[in-house]
Amino acid sequence: MQKEDRINSHIGGFNADEKGYYGEFGGAFIPEMLYPNVEELRQNYIKLMYEDSFQKEFNQLLKDYVGRPSPLYFAKRLSEKHGCKIYLKREDLNHTGAHKVNNTIGQILMAQKLGKTRIIAETGAGQHGVATATVCALMGMECIVYMGEIDIARQAPNVARMKMLGAEVRPAKSGSRTLKDATNEAIRDWINNPVDTHYIIGSAIGPHPYPDMVTRFQSVISEEIKWQLKEHEGRENPDYVVACIGGGSNAAGTYYHFLDEPEVGIIAVEAAGKGINSGESAATSALGKVGIIHGCKTMLMQTLDGQITEPYSISAGLDYPGVGPMHSHLFKSGRAEFYSATDDEAMAAGLELSQLEGIIPAIETGHAFAIFEHKNFKKDDVVVIGLSGRGDKDLNTYIDYFKLA
Amino acid sequence: MSNRITTKLQEDKKLLSIYFTAGYPALNDTVQIIQDLEKNGVDMIEIGLPFSDPLADGPTIQESSTAALKNGMTTELLFNQLKDIRKTVSIPLIIMGYFNPMLQYGVEAFCKKCQEIGIDGLIMPDLPLDVYQEDYEATFKKYGLINVFLITPQTSDIRIRQIDDASNGFIYMVSSASVTGSKSGFGQEQESYFERIAAMNLKNPQIVGFGIKDEETFQQATKTAKGAIIGSAFIKHLTSKGVNSISEFVKAIR
Repeated sequence: MQKEDRINSHIGGFNADEKGYYGEFGGAFIPEMLYPNVEELRQNYIKLMYEDSFQKEFNQLLKDYVGRPSPLYFAKRLSEKHGCKIYLKREDLNHTGAHKVNNTIGQILMAQKLGKTRIIAETGAGQHGVATATVCALMGMECIVYMGEIDIARQAPNVARMKMLGAEVRPAKSGSRTLKDATNEAIRDWINNPVDTHYIIGSAIGPHPYPDMVTRFQSVISEEIKWQLKEHEGRENPDYVVACIGGGSNAAGTYYHFLDEPEVGIIAVEAAGKGINSGESAATSALGKVGIIHGCKTMLMQTLDGQITEPYSISAGLDYPGVGPMHSHLFKSGRAEFYSATDDEAMAAGLELSQLEGIIPAIETGHAFAIFEHKNFKKDDVVVIGLSGRGDKDLNTYIDYFKLA
Repeated sequence: MSNRITTKLQEDKKLLSIYFTAGYPALNDTVQIIQDLEKNGVDMIEIGLPFSDPLADGPTIQESSTAALKNGMTTELLFNQLKDIRKTVSIPLIIMGYFNPMLQYGVEAFCKKCQEIGIDGLIMPDLPLDVYQEDYEATFKKYGLINVFLITPQTSDIRIRQIDDASNGFIYMVSSASVTGSKSGFGQEQESYFERIAAMNLKNPQIVGFGIKDEETFQQATKTAKGAIIGSAFIKHLTSKGVNSISEFVKAIR
């Protein structure tokens, strides 16, 4: 595709328009203190991202450093079990163990082009924090990662990784002390350090242009699925693409090149926690309504009074009260089917994948595999599941849950 | 009737404005705090509508907001507390908060209620200029509300001019690149920023906020600006000295 086409063919429709709106969702609801930073990024991100030199460096790093393309693997035993043709997009095999690094590689190059010297990030499960700390080590940049105090406790291996990579991990001690609060703290840091700092948001959330920028960096996932599926099946488009959704960066990347292909069914699996109506859930599409969180208008879990509520999921990476604006639009417009999986369903699906295919997924990813509890596929259906991350970081949770020790 | 903010800005004096979080320290302190501030000569009050995720605020206002919500503060309750406020208080009153609670209440219903109570203006830091102008300016104006925009040391001259054009009261001049309550004292950098803005001869007077905490910082901030807003320092005072010590705080400022 020509450069201009790559830029323009993905403006509007199910993607962001020039002001960052996906239908009624998106935009940039930011305090004036953030305006210069966000505006600088907005004016430059498309231009910089599609420069030949940027693309060359980005693709080279994805190939040599991240290990892309990630395989599209036909999961024979899982397919037999569930009566359809299941392919796994192996983002778990990326360097650092999840899809998150696609975005951090892109954003660190962006930060360099913008002349920034200091990087901040928020993290939930720690995967984005590790991916950010990794690229900061790679590029020799200062790195500060905000992480909720509770998440620090439940994701100890990733905290250690970040420290070993030279990052400073700062605990977010306010509110629910999880991902939402880590994001607040990172935004406050950016307000306090407006000139030299770039904020690498890890999900398809935040003020425009973040959702679109993150989605474009992650879109390499669906770009690869297309040609890989062609090799396997003789066609580019599967019948379904399935992904788990917290903020939704893995899902956005997995769906991106299929959004305008109506024959491809798009399936999102949210975290229901202990059950949608248990009061301990993170199923935003079921429990949320339109509001403003972290600078964008989107579906979010809140009280009648507009106070953002504290979500719950066994997986720290899905424990977010909102969902990216693209996904709100996909939900509202009916383009995507939304389901939610409970902690128990996700854990069982993770165990099943481990024992049928020899792949231990992240608990976040386990939610996507719980789709088979909720939807029946036809025998000939080709179903691509985003295997967004590996489960090493979750071993303690698995050990406790399944009493493996 | 002209807006109380407009009238106040015409007075030939430097204005002292105080921010507090409604529902803190105790749920029903709101009215007493407002009355005592006026009695002690404060010129204008920002009533903080607490929000669960106050992005632009430092720890002091975060904590007072969390406490106020825990005490049971809601938008409706605040409006109820304020319903008779104009029987006893005549200085300008501004509601300051984040946009989501206003959106959930309904922007028009919120503005209408403000007019009924006698609120003069709103400060919603995360309601950006373009969204305000496209979607909400007409509603704010219909109910006689002045919307106050922020500028910071990083705001470009062009954007300051746009904000000046869109404003019809005063401009909230954030003293430094920071969240609320985080800086101690003003240095050379702030002074030259204050002078740069003064030299722009804006239509709207400027009131400085963030980092004002005592007589000295109040004097520095109002050397060129029309007034200054104190928030975190006042809340800290309420926390340590209680709601009956307001005169002590105000007298120490001027």
